[in-house]
Amino acid sequence: MSAQNHQPVTPETPVTQPAASFEPAESRGDARPVSFFRRFLSQPEAKFGLVLTGLVLLVAIAGPFVVPAWTGYGPTSYAGKPFQYDIFGTDNLGRDVLSRFLEGGWRLLLYSALATVLGVGLGTVLGMLAAFRGGWMDSAIMRTGDVLLAIPQLVFAMLAITVLGPQGWVLVVVIGITHAPRVARVIRSATSGVVAEDYVLASQMYAVPQWKILGRDVVPNIMGPLMVEMGLRMTYSIGAVASLSFLGLGMQPPTADWGLMINENRIALSLQPWGVILPVIAIAILTVGTNLIADAVSGASAGRTTGSARKDK
Amino acid sequence: MILKRLGISVFVLLAVSVVVFVFTLLLPGDPAQAILGQQATPERLAALREQLNLNDPWYERYFTWLGGLLVGDLGTSAATGGSVNELLGQKVSASVLLMIIAAVISIPVGILLGTWSAMRRGRTTDHTLTGISLVLAALPEFVIGIALTTLLSTTVFQLLPSVTMAAPGTRVWDYPLQLVLPTLTLVLVVVPYMIRMTRTTMLDVLDSGYVEMARLKGVPERQVIMKHALPHAIGPVAQVVAMQLAWLAGGIVVVEFLFRYPGLGQAMVDAVQIRDVQVVQALSMIIAAFYVVVNLIADVIGILANPKLRTESSK
Amino acid sequence: MVSTTTVPKATVATAISVRDLSLGVQGGDLILKDVDFDLTPGRILALVGESGSGKTTAALACMNHLRTGLELRGGSVQLHEGASRFFNQNMDLLTLSEKQVRKLRGGTIAYVPQDPALSLNGALRVGEQIHEVLCIHEFGRNGREREARVAEVLEEVGLPSTKKYQRRYPHQLSGGQQQRIGIAMAFACRPAVIILDEPTTGLDVATQDLVLKTVYQLTTKHDVAGLYITHDLAVVAQVANDVAVMLRGEIVERGPAEKVLYDPDHDYTKTLLAAVPDLQGERAMGGGPAVSPSAKVRAPWDNSHDDDVPVANSGQVADSARGANDGRDNARGVGQHDAAQSAHGASSGATAVAAEPARSDEASRGGERAASSTGDTAQVHDRAASPTETKPANEPLVAVRDLRLAYGPAVILDGINLDLVEGQTTMLLGESGSGKTTLSRSIAGLNAAYTGEVLLEGNVLANGTRKRSNEDRRRIQYIFQSPFSSLNPRRSIGDSLEVPLEMSGGMSRKQRRAAVADALDAVRLGRSYINRRPGELSGGERQRAAVARALVNAPSVLVCDEITSALDVSVQASVIELLRDLQRERGLAMLFVTHNIALARHVSHKLAVLEKGRLVDYGPTDHVLRNPQHGYTKSLLKHVPTL
Repeated sequence: MSAQNHQPVTPETPVTQPAASFEPAESRGDARPVSFFRRFLSQPEAKFGLVLTGLVLLVAIAGPFVVPAWTGYGPTSYAGKPFQYDIFGTDNLGRDVLSRFLEGGWRLLLYSALATVLGVGLGTVLGMLAAFRGGWMDSAIMRTGDVLLAIPQLVFAMLAITVLGPQGWVLVVVIGITHAPRVARVIRSATSGVVAEDYVLASQMYAVPQWKILGRDVVPNIMGPLMVEMGLRMTYSIGAVASLSFLGLGMQPPTADWGLMINENRIALSLQPWGVILPVIAIAILTVGTNLIADAVSGASAGRTTGSARKDK
Repeated sequence: MILKRLGISVFVLLAVSVVVFVFTLLLPGDPAQAILGQQATPERLAALREQLNLNDPWYERYFTWLGGLLVGDLGTSAATGGSVNELLGQKVSASVLLMIIAAVISIPVGILLGTWSAMRRGRTTDHTLTGISLVLAALPEFVIGIALTTLLSTTVFQLLPSVTMAAPGTRVWDYPLQLVLPTLTLVLVVVPYMIRMTRTTMLDVLDSGYVEMARLKGVPERQVIMKHALPHAIGPVAQVVAMQLAWLAGGIVVVEFLFRYPGLGQAMVDAVQIRDVQVVQALSMIIAAFYVVVNLIADVIGILANPKLRTESSK
Repeated sequence: MVSTTTVPKATVATAISVRDLSLGVQGGDLILKDVDFDLTPGRILALVGESGSGKTTAALACMNHLRTGLELRGGSVQLHEGASRFFNQNMDLLTLSEKQVRKLRGGTIAYVPQDPALSLNGALRVGEQIHEVLCIHEFGRNGREREARVAEVLEEVGLPSTKKYQRRYPHQLSGGQQQRIGIAMAFACRPAVIILDEPTTGLDVATQDLVLKTVYQLTTKHDVAGLYITHDLAVVAQVANDVAVMLRGEIVERGPAEKVLYDPDHDYTKTLLAAVPDLQGERAMGGGPAVSPSAKVRAPWDNSHDDDVPVANSGQVADSARGANDGRDNARGVGQHDAAQSAHGASSGATAVAAEPARSDEASRGGERAASSTGDTAQVHDRAASPTETKPANEPLVAVRDLRLAYGPAVILDGINLDLVEGQTTMLLGESGSGKTTLSRSIAGLNAAYTGEVLLEGNVLANGTRKRSNEDRRRIQYIFQSPFSSLNPRRSIGDSLEVPLEMSGGMSRKQRRAAVADALDAVRLGRSYINRRPGELSGGERQRAAVARALVNAPSVLVCDEITSALDVSVQASVIELLRDLQRERGLAMLFVTHNIALARHVSHKLAVLEKGRLVDYGPTDHVLRNPQHGYTKSLLKHVPTL
């Protein structure tokens, strides 16, 4: 931390006070915080995570534009007999694996992102409300959350799909809703930490309107945990959407989708593995990437840099 | 205090049952029609409705259903018309077996590796362990499962069966080898979380004043860990374990489907595909009950491990 | 049993000598620079320094314990021949193996931590924790001897030695008892050296006094070499034989306690000493002589009512001064308490007068009439406050009438009557849990749950700030205890300070900025701080910024809630100087909330002592300190450490 030490040291008190000459220790050299982004990037996890996630994002987003121009086949058109062996070969119905792979990522990403935004948004609002208002609203929100937590995410989603059918919006809504109580718990504890701070009380004392207190005092001070939740929930959303598709309860044939591809082609895993391996690798890289980013964010928001050391007291 | 926790658990379970039941009300169409198909005669439809209590108002149906749950009657399958109990009977034991094996392996492994990692903080072993667990923790169950299958069953080595053979009349444990892959997958899903969270808990404890004090008293390191640090970690670690066991209950669905293991998860997927609401409801309740019980046990362990809570609750 | 009753006398002149000890953050700054000191059996060395001076680091290094992230840069810690029961030769602790060091820790060199609540293991019974040290260091020949020693050491620190007590858990003991368990643990093995790291932080003065006595007696009696880490020079005067003063990792002055404390050489020591509040108010502190000194010496600007000290009291002044001298001599401040008691009978009339100093002219005339009252201040007060007797000119700016606050059966405050007068400071004194913060927040409108009245210039204020008018809110300003929590770390100082103006309205952004800049000047921070973030400021600077926020819209009343208790003494002195200057310049009425009675004469004109939600003593500072009515005030005066 010595690098930040040449910040000008200002004398604490005017010359009339003899203590002044002994007080520079007071103006703490390490106090100017390194920007959050720099702390984030200083961690190897962040760089790895960004590269991995970027790679998969590129494939998933650019993929649809090069199909069928580069691969020669559309995602649902037939390219030969089932499980043919070519570069990446054909799938169970004789469609081109590479074309389906390039086409099949964006839905997963879109649905996961929407579910994450919905879940984190809902959870943040509820968590902040619970901590800020307290009282019966707090209990009501958190107890309802406890009840939803008792049903595992996937089971809850399956319950909803049984009733409403396997449709895109059902996936997004149901995964978002199951994220919400988990996010709300984290945000509630972060918020109640902030609400207990005197600067919030000071704003209350000056009769600052509640929404302004939330906007100025609370939200900026819970950005750390909020961003960590964003990263974590994204990882879980990808896992959940892909898992449901894999179970045959998400995207429906003949849509090209990574999870569904794994489901369709896994019977021939030993015969023609590419139809399974390609999407599995893509999903693995993606989730690992987002998880690394989440970890780096949590490190950065806890003030961790590469070689952080604790000072005496 | 323990009684209070028990009360909360019962309340949560009741609330879950309401949530689960409400889903049936959202179901479009007529279950009786769904069971019997388009060609059913009105008389048969009416008879089935009577049998399924569909003519009663929703709250009466809820209480009939809840009453059934309490005496162990899970209801009637809308798809087959048979008893849900019969349908699930043996599958419950198959799933429970899988979970118990996975839990028995992963709990000690997770706690030990997590503690070990915390004690070696900042060294290579710690970095390696945290790195690996960070990567594994990110992977969805089916990715781990397929990777293991490719590695051990199909492409690289052909050592283990990739799917479960369950001929009628046999039981899954008649062929122990086929349990290996599903168990291993579950273990690999759960252990990384346990390592990470046990590590965090232990680090907190190791940084505490009483551990520093114990060292300044000259207590040998082994005794510092066993006598001073571990008792404080028991409560939080029990929570971690409970969370992961609950996670297993969800993860088992994917794993059983992947390996065609004849358990609750497989039954669940089948039921969802044919939209057999009664079965899905029953399974959701079983899994939620498992979650609640596991959490209750963790809470009780936490209370018993903490003298402060213990003395307060005995008052 | 023989081994437990004989007190082994040390055979060495020096137990431990530290030479050229240097320590730093791994790959970073130096924390200790060439620290030298010797610990002598039977004597206590006080290592004095403000936060961040490295005193704890130095102490822990004596046990070869470095906290995470620190590294040794050089030096030696010699344990001298014969000092330890376990090792007979001279050795450098810093070169020993982990195993060898472990043998010394707890047995030969013992440590008493700062906060027993964190350092005692909550999962183990207290007897067991003491017993453990004995087992590890193989003290005594068998289990029975060790058990006897546990009981003995518990008695030595003044705790019950029964089995039942030993079976308690730390959370079942009070803070003072916990700390004595910590001390018992340290003394259990009859160590050669004991290191005490601010062991009285967070204890009330009476408990602190007891703990200090115990420590002093045990070290002298058992011929233990003591190292006492502290920031509090008054405590040093109580326990230490020798003093070493640390500044930024270096020892700047050392010597016998009498020399360093009363005739210091180094400027820093002088600064520190000048910043120590003095219960007698004889010395200047915080930029001037005391506001209410014990002698009839008043600050030039202090126009408070000299004549409210009846002539009859002059004898007591002398008494009290003599008492003060006694107090210093026996280093316990007991004499002063005696003096106060002897004065008690003669002066109850004066106390009754003291109950309403705003009307003191009239009251002193009617002193004989009030003499019948024996210090039931609240009663006198009620009578005095009746409107017919009130003179408008002396009407208090803020008046608290019969304030009561209870959460269910728990009564936090009861029957509080208090006045704040323009240009005067009232000190509200109480331990943590006495309700002093609740009371000050009720006045500021931060706590709306009270019953009774708070009046501003005779008008009843609404209970909560949100219900008060802009003008009411503007006139009473509240300053929070912790400067680390009272400013939003994500906003600039300027933005935070603008809030009060923004809410009271009527100013353009430019005008507000100008007002904020003026306020920053007024608190001697300077307007250049306007765009900084709190994270870039030190604790003292932040507290000044917080004071500036209270000043921006020109209030009449400042409520200062323990605003110096999170600060180092020298910073505390400068903040108090600031408050006194502001009061002189602006004629502010202040309520100064604190737990530190030693500050009383320096800041306050009137003193109100709060205990368990009731005002037990209330009147002009000088009166209350000389004639405390309530046992609680007396005990405070008896136990407060003085230089």
